[in-house]
Amino acid sequence: MNAVSPCEIPMEQLREDVWLRLSRVTDPELDEAVTDMGFIESYEIRDGGHVHVAFRLPTYWCSPNFAFMMGHDMRVSVMALPWVKHVDVVLGEHMYVDQINRGVNGGLSFQETFGDASNGELEEIRQTFLRKAFQWRQEALITDLLHRGAKAGALVDWTIDRLREASETEASRHLITRYLERRNVPGAFAGGDCALVSLDGTRLDASSMTDYLRAIRRIRTNAEFNGALCRRLLDERFATEPLNICQSGRATP
Amino acid sequence: MYVTKKGEEIFVIDGHTHFWDGSPANQRNVHGKQFIDCFFNYHTGLSPKEELWPKEKFEKYSAEDMHDDLFVKGYVDMAILQPTYLKEFYVNGFNTTEQNHKMAEAYPGRYICNGSFDPREGAKGIEYLHKLKEQYDIKGVKLYTAEWRGDSRGYKLTDTSCQEYLRWCEKLGIKNVHVHKGPTILPLNRDAFDVADIDDVATSFQNLNFIVEHCGLPRLDDFCWIATQETNVYAGLAVAIPFIHSRPAYFAHIISELLFWVGEDKILFGSDYGIWTPKWIIDKFMAFEMPKDVAAETGTSLTLESKRKILGLNAARLYDIDVAAQKQKLAPAPRQKVAAGGGWFR
Repeated sequence: MNAVSPCEIPMEQLREDVWLRLSRVTDPELDEAVTDMGFIESYEIRDGGHVHVAFRLPTYWCSPNFAFMMGHDMRVSVMALPWVKHVDVVLGEHMYVDQINRGVNGGLSFQETFGDASNGELEEIRQTFLRKAFQWRQEALITDLLHRGAKAGALVDWTIDRLREASETEASRHLITRYLERRNVPGAFAGGDCALVSLDGTRLDASSMTDYLRAIRRIRTNAEFNGALCRRLLDERFATEPLNICQSGRATP
Repeated sequence: MYVTKKGEEIFVIDGHTHFWDGSPANQRNVHGKQFIDCFFNYHTGLSPKEELWPKEKFEKYSAEDMHDDLFVKGYVDMAILQPTYLKEFYVNGFNTTEQNHKMAEAYPGRYICNGSFDPREGAKGIEYLHKLKEQYDIKGVKLYTAEWRGDSRGYKLTDTSCQEYLRWCEKLGIKNVHVHKGPTILPLNRDAFDVADIDDVATSFQNLNFIVEHCGLPRLDDFCWIATQETNVYAGLAVAIPFIHSRPAYFAHIISELLFWVGEDKILFGSDYGIWTPKWIIDKFMAFEMPKDVAAETGTSLTLESKRKILGLNAARLYDIDVAAQKQKLAPAPRQKVAAGGGWFR
């Protein structure tokens, strides 16, 4: 591990690597990448493989469990780069800032970090929101496919390969990619190679498709509203432009 | 009173208002500062530019300002004051039943003052609930379940202690329970915003109405599912409704979900004053038409009758307000024309 020396790679490439790894981390509650949400305040690469990431959240009160998950996931994700030796992920201005920073960077579990204030780890809540993300992405995908003229009766028989072939536009390719990223949530082998399955792993039924979509649409409504609200609050709280790969790595004050 | 261009009168009850003191002088610690700062970000983030307040006014506004914003400019006929004590954050509390009542006395017929309880206060708290009923004849309570108290970071409605308080509410005829979920509550590994406890108590306490503020957001999806199964669960629109200005498409989706799952008889308007002022919200809500694609997708519609229920009639039913009698009582005030918006107010 860590056999690659960062000195041999241009800084620009290193920064891009880190950004790409960060972009794979989602806010579990919003099902959006932390990089898209503007949560990355800055990141730096120092002397030979030390990465320092500063992140921020829309409020001082954001749920500590999700804050911890994001911090933890960012650290693990960046650590996976072969040239990285050490990662610090530091959250700013939050009601549990000390505990979260100590826990995440000390490699502690949530339970170890919060002691009596917790009665277990975060696996259950993580699964709950992965299931929601699966349904949200699936509803967006099916609604788009139906709009583009696909028939429910045919869709339910589509294989994963057939679904991939339906990437006609940039937007539809995006929806398909996002859905397939979560296709395993009902279980890796649930429904075999059938593209569209329900949360319990069974194939969807064309005759009840309208009701099915009706029932899961509220998950998307909720998540999109939360995402919009969080963006507004973040903008107001920090009054900064979102950081992106084109910038120097420091958000403007 | 909002009057449409055709002359139809809409009686307005603002179901969610506050008369708070979040000023630095009243802040006990950094949490008090962060709490009002966070509210201010909601205000600046979602209000139209011309409706923005200076920070100082936002931290502490006067009773006259509030009266003016609600009843003179804002079409509101009556408003429900929802106390939020937050004594761990603010020296004198953020807004208590006593403070609200004292303010409201100067404006007879305008305010409905709700009380509050904290199930962690044991027998003393039950005594206090009795006192609130006797002294102020409260018809409802506002519960902020993420209120900090000592080492506790909040409570659930299903806690044994809370159920005892709810039994007392039933006995005392305090029938409206407004619930606001917050981000903490132990154990921290669970979802603090989980609304499942509302489902449980709504089943157990059939004589109480549970008005879920912010329509269960950030768990609107789970809330809708509960509300569709329980006859005594209502949705308060505060926080969702300001989106009608900055993100009308999101608002359309939210209101259509609520209309489908909860129904137009169980949705209550609330401005969340002083985070937002009611005038612009009501102007936009009255002008709002459900986009065709959303209506087609969800099969819901928002008619004038739905708006009438949401803006006032539903709250009037919960709080036993005789709208005709109340209109008469409030009628003598001079009638003026509003410069912008096509509405009239009294």
